[in-house]
Amino acid sequence: MIWALIVRDVRRGLTGSAWLPIAFFLLVATLVPFAIGPDARLLSRIGPGALWIAALTAALLPIERLIEPDRADGVLDQLALHGLAEESVAFAKIAAHWLTFAPLLLVAAVPASALLAMNGASLARTEIALAIGTPALAALAVAVAAVTAGLPRAGSLAGLLLLPLAVPLLIFAVADTLLLEAAVSLLLTAGAPLVAGAGIRAART
Amino acid sequence: MRPLLRFDGVALRRGGRLLFENLDLALGPGDALQVAGPNGSGKSSLIRLAAGLLREERGRVERSPLALADDNVALDRELPLKRALRFWGGSPGPAMDALGISFLADVSVRLLSSGQLKRATLARVAASGAPLWLLDEPLNALDGDGAARLAQAVEDHLATGGAVLAASHQPLPGDWRRLELGA
Repeated sequence: MIWALIVRDVRRGLTGSAWLPIAFFLLVATLVPFAIGPDARLLSRIGPGALWIAALTAALLPIERLIEPDRADGVLDQLALHGLAEESVAFAKIAAHWLTFAPLLLVAAVPASALLAMNGASLARTEIALAIGTPALAALAVAVAAVTAGLPRAGSLAGLLLLPLAVPLLIFAVADTLLLEAAVSLLLTAGAPLVAGAGIRAART
Repeated sequence: MRPLLRFDGVALRRGGRLLFENLDLALGPGDALQVAGPNGSGKSSLIRLAAGLLREERGRVERSPLALADDNVALDRELPLKRALRFWGGSPGPAMDALGISFLADVSVRLLSSGQLKRATLARVAASGAPLWLLDEPLNALDGDGAARLAQAVEDHLATGGAVLAASHQPLPGDWRRLELGA
């Protein structure tokens, strides 16, 4: 059942709105040279940080469709009746979200880095940092989506909840302390299914 | 014989209000029980409690594997009906025949009418193979033919040793024990 759920969510992501956060990511990366001006040295220095800000804001976009539609349509109830723990549902959702979000983001980072005049070495470091950090971003998005599911204005609330939690990830990622980033990413990824599971249970009426 | 569903002195509280207490019931193979009562008397809550989606305040609930049909369709809107049903396991073909929706197998779920969606959720339950069926307002949006097919499906399920617990404020077709909940 858990595999069927991952396959279903990946299919729904790819046939639906998975490209939206990526388009948003590229758009934000495009705005930076307009906002800063065409100074290549300055751009390449702030490039990695700008890419991370673009990635974080892009991670906010899909939150409202991660959990709420399945809650409102009774899919989460039916999964529980099929004997799937809420934490397992959350794990499947995180895995599926990561699969539809991270690879596209890593690909989109290449043209984005060109817009920011980043050189190859800088791009490679950022790609590795993004690869390490995206599981945590996916996990945070699902956890926040579960906690806010069914609430009015859940989208704006989700942003307020997610961004502060992503700060440690951001700090270690742009400081090139990848082991610390990996530790934070692991912690967030491992903890998120528990939080999301509790959120799904609490949202049940 | 071990019952398929058993309530032992069960009390349920929702939003600070006690909906019922000291409720005992047992459904064995071949039993059909209709929960009746006015709007807001706790029929749907009783069904969700029986499903294990709500926690009892007091008492004990024992349940065997079950399938639930309520107002939530729980089928992927963008998929053809048969594929959407198949996600929940089993082979939906016979159940779709029984509910008279086989001709909709290749139609995507979002195009179905509310009566057809109701038949689809009932087919999901019928295809599950679970011995215990929980039906919340199964007659909602069903036409005469749909109600007759539902009655037939319930009868077949009871004949094969299943049990059905249904919540409805209107009389259900067929032979049902009744449990009245007060408002």
